[in-house]
Amino acid sequence: MIHRECGVLKTTYEADMALYPLPIARYTVAALAVLFFLVIPLTLHEYYLSVANLVWIAVIGALGLNILVGNTGQVSIGHGAFMSVGAYTAANLATRLDSPWPVNLVAGGLMAALIGAVVGIPSLRIKGLYLAIATLAGQLIIEWTINHVTFISGGVQASIAVPRPRVGPYVLASQQAMYYFLLVFVVIAIVGTMNLMRSRVGRAFIAIRDQDIAAEIIGINIFRYKLLAFAISSFYAGVTGVLYTYFLGIANYEQFQIGVSIDYLAMIIIGGLGSVLGSIFGAAFVTLLPILIRYAMEAFGGLFFSQATVLNLIPALRLTLFGVLIIVFLVVEPEGLNRLWRNIRSYFRIWPFAY
Amino acid sequence: MAEFADWRFALLLLSNGVLIGLMYSLIALGFVLVYKATDAVNFAQGEFVMIAGFVVVGGLTVAGAPLGVSVVAGLVGMVGFGFALERVMLRKLIGRPVIAVVMATIGLAAILRGIGPFGIFQGTRPLPLPLPDEPFVWGPLFIPPIQLVGGGVSLAFLAGFGWFFLKSRKGIAMRAVADNQQIAMAMGINVERYFGLAWAMTGVVSALGGVLWGNMLGVDVNLALVGFKVFPVVILGGLDSIPGAIVGGLIVGLVENVVAGYVDPYVGGGTKDFAPYVLMILALMVRPYGIFGKKIIERV
Repeated sequence: MIHRECGVLKTTYEADMALYPLPIARYTVAALAVLFFLVIPLTLHEYYLSVANLVWIAVIGALGLNILVGNTGQVSIGHGAFMSVGAYTAANLATRLDSPWPVNLVAGGLMAALIGAVVGIPSLRIKGLYLAIATLAGQLIIEWTINHVTFISGGVQASIAVPRPRVGPYVLASQQAMYYFLLVFVVIAIVGTMNLMRSRVGRAFIAIRDQDIAAEIIGINIFRYKLLAFAISSFYAGVTGVLYTYFLGIANYEQFQIGVSIDYLAMIIIGGLGSVLGSIFGAAFVTLLPILIRYAMEAFGGLFFSQATVLNLIPALRLTLFGVLIIVFLVVEPEGLNRLWRNIRSYFRIWPFAY
Repeated sequence: MAEFADWRFALLLLSNGVLIGLMYSLIALGFVLVYKATDAVNFAQGEFVMIAGFVVVGGLTVAGAPLGVSVVAGLVGMVGFGFALERVMLRKLIGRPVIAVVMATIGLAAILRGIGPFGIFQGTRPLPLPLPDEPFVWGPLFIPPIQLVGGGVSLAFLAGFGWFFLKSRKGIAMRAVADNQQIAMAMGINVERYFGLAWAMTGVVSALGGVLWGNMLGVDVNLALVGFKVFPVVILGGLDSIPGAIVGGLIVGLVENVVAGYVDPYVGGGTKDFAPYVLMILALMVRPYGIFGKKIIERV
């Protein structure tokens, strides 16, 4: 992460695959833990904590999508819909059966995993562009179904109110409580993803991405692992949807439309495909971008436009800048923010010497 | 309920379906042209149509130019836009994975939707064409003139591009590029120029689509939603086939009109956007390369 090391001489595979390559990595992780668990939640204002919460939710979704797109090489434009599956599963369980949040969270994730695997079935026969269009169809069909089936959504354009999650006697109502609640899941998701990618399953995913025919020849059951990738990735998406529902207090299908799927794809492309750190960077970047644009426009927009125009321009400017960033990263730095970060690190590793 | 069983109602739905379907074909043609020549997919096809509509309406209302001049400006603008886009963005993405091109055009779509209302105007503007408002009534059929014109223009263009690819020198060169870029290059064809030409041709088709659809729906950001109909059309017909665009367009137009006519009253609307995609999923399962497409789909 942010440490500088020298003399990395690995002699075993275990050492090569270790999560902490050097002792200093432990201290870095400990320092980051102090920062995120103590400093940020105890010092920042409620509003900034709500922004941080949005980032944490996005991190989980981006990690999940990156497993599918970055590591397995299967495109999905349907993750917004998988999130809505999780969200509505949890919302219906919470309101109809009054079940506690851990049950809803797991049920939402599993339901999304099931639906995601079903949408992923065409990946047996088709790939690349065709799969992108098939998942797009999945997104639109799930969106329509949820919106139009009264049993799921309570009617067209309706939303379901969800009670706040409670841990023991405490109701998690404040942003600070939500921050800790979400951060726990972020840590689980990060560690889970890193360990998944070091395991047999993760290596099978990467083999499928790099050369699917060769992967099949060395004995990887392609269909099973592709569906598994869809299921795991959709599980993350479902959990993201559930957490977002608990964060907002309502489940509403408008929170999970096609634009959300594209936002998450943008996160992993801007952050860096197939990288855990990249997912985190990308999620933070894409979540913070509209907020920064709003600040900038409120501060400087008045110099060029009238106040009413500024308010209208903010969403348009956000879309434009968003598109420009996607294209710039694709053309100039396909490996995303993660690569930029590594470049900076390797520059300072030997600084101030040139070689 | 008696109305539903009526054959006149069915006939009305079918005639509308055919004409709307032809107008879908026109937009799908833009997608097919690019895919055929450059193997790139354009997820911004709807936004191309929208931006063309903006240019034409901008010419009409902001610049106060007559309709003919505005349409020509739209055509020229879109051709230039097509060439520029290929040069600036897509040429850099040649040889990269599919997702790169998909995401780049999605990013392009976001930019176009963002700058559409940014530069010119906000709110919906009409795009008036010198056509009578009254629909032609012919027996049980009501046919709005714009749909008739739209269907005619679509057919003319589809025939024109069909001729272009089969007979003209440039068209044959473009087919060679589509078939095998390296061999085409070795035969002395300037591959990059034909990539640009393909995007410019998409610009022409989109400009006409923008005028026709803008007249039917009004010009605003939502005009881009027409682009969502492109995918079912091209998947059904075959991604690289011009006759496929016609047949796919007709199927989608017919299916969505008939389904919407008979099912909408029971489920509260919206089946028009839903039915084509269900059909498309079935087509992907059974025949992913489409009715007329080349059978080069890779399976693992």
